[in-house]
Amino acid sequence: MNEMARPKAEGTATPRRAPMRVRPTAPILPPSNIQGNALMVVIAIMAFLACLTLGAVTMVRATATGWQSEISREITIQIKPSEGLDMDATLEKAKNLALGFVGTQEGTIMDDAATARLLEPWLGTGLDLNELPVPRLVIITIDEQNPPDFVAMRDLLSKEIPQAFLDDHRTWVDRLVSMASTTVWIGTGVLILVFTAMVLTVVFATRGVISGNRHIVEVLHFVGAESAFVAREFQKHFLKISLKGSAAGSAVAAILFAILGAWQASSRATPESDQATALFGTFSLGLAGYLGIFATMIVIALLTTLTARFTVMRNIDEIDLIRSDPGRSDGLPAS
Amino acid sequence: MIHFENVGLRYGMGPEILRDMTFDIPKRSFQFLTGPSGAGKTTLLRLLFMSLQPTRGLIRMFGRDLSQIPRGELPMLRRRVGIVFQDFRLLDHLTTYENVALPLRVRGKEESSYRNDVIELLKWVGLGERINVLPPVLSGGEKQRAAIARALMDRPEILLADEPTGNVDPPMAQRLLSLFLELNRLGTAVVIATHDLGLMDQVNARRMILTEGRLDIYE
Repeated sequence: MNEMARPKAEGTATPRRAPMRVRPTAPILPPSNIQGNALMVVIAIMAFLACLTLGAVTMVRATATGWQSEISREITIQIKPSEGLDMDATLEKAKNLALGFVGTQEGTIMDDAATARLLEPWLGTGLDLNELPVPRLVIITIDEQNPPDFVAMRDLLSKEIPQAFLDDHRTWVDRLVSMASTTVWIGTGVLILVFTAMVLTVVFATRGVISGNRHIVEVLHFVGAESAFVAREFQKHFLKISLKGSAAGSAVAAILFAILGAWQASSRATPESDQATALFGTFSLGLAGYLGIFATMIVIALLTTLTARFTVMRNIDEIDLIRSDPGRSDGLPAS
Repeated sequence: MIHFENVGLRYGMGPEILRDMTFDIPKRSFQFLTGPSGAGKTTLLRLLFMSLQPTRGLIRMFGRDLSQIPRGELPMLRRRVGIVFQDFRLLDHLTTYENVALPLRVRGKEESSYRNDVIELLKWVGLGERINVLPPVLSGGEKQRAAIARALMDRPEILLADEPTGNVDPPMAQRLLSLFLELNRLGTAVVIATHDLGLMDQVNARRMILTEGRLDIYE
């Protein structure tokens, strides 16, 4: 107030006093209030649910890929018994023929004991395979990335061993692929729904909090603040709230997955763990899953901040709209 | 400094609240704006503060035609006008000091560069001992003085005050009037909207009387 040489305040002639102390400048928006805390809780809950869904979809996807991979890693050659056939020699021949193809890795002839174990659920124990015309199997492991030519293998086997039948598990693989992709699509659909609900909840909650602080926008406007300044103040405030909320929700989800994964690993081969694995797969998200959770947290924080910016800018636009169109100033005092 | 020419304003399709306003507010002038309730005093103050646009007529502020000024430049122009609202509009979570410093803070100034000025101004309006107090604890008169200090903080060329003595007792009203007179003596033009005839009788100043949307000026 230089050129306005204001009169010295009363008391300046009295003995020197301690200099006036001023508290550290408070933020323009109150750092915490009921609305802000409620918004933080809403964001934390929505972040938790979104991360949970994201983790579940990642798990289903990993489990489905695992099944698919296990089945398509092997092919089976079935030899049907027939009159005068030397089964052991034929099995060995079939194995060698198959291993002659590029893309095959290992061949295993399923021995009598293994075949008996396979049939045990239907034919019981103590089975003598020589008494029954039971087909025998050769299991060939293949390179998934570079599979052999199944058509050529099938042709060669049927020419050399008419009793041989090649099963490349395509039917099962195709069914599993279709089931896995259906499951992943359903999961992705649920994820999109949860994310949409989260976006809308966060947007509405943020707008609610801002409308509760509209008087601050007005005061800033009247003391000559530019729109960019007001928007920046609100952005800073809401970025803090949303980062705290989304970090809490995401951390709880990540910890939950880590605890379930640890429990599953420590209780392997117990009925509870086996049942949980059968139902949900492995509770292991991997690096990609945890990165997804982190990304979700960042997305929520940015979304809240952007919503705050747009809402404040709209409030300022409304103030300007009232200015240019006085007919809209409903409820404003006019004496 | 401010020039109104045939200014009229209506809300929506309603009747004109203000009609054919033609007047000037010169630099360093002091005037009362008065009239019965509903005559349009607050609306006229809002026109002066650029928070409303007239439906007709010309307003020139600081030599510029308001209708030609882009929206983004209005905050810069508003900084040359101080306004004191009837309901004070102090932010309850900020101390008296922080409320008064707000106009400088929104201009991006460093706190250390204005601390002494704010404290000096608060002492000048008699709030030197209340700088760290939150508004809910202040009395009506103290709030009014804090609002006046905030309006004066960035040395406006004109101060608009809406019923500044409406919520205070006569001694405090007298004190506030002295403050406005002192401010005017130091070079700021002052417009005080009031019903208080007693207050107006204490000063031989220009009177702008609004009646049914029309303005009569008594020099």
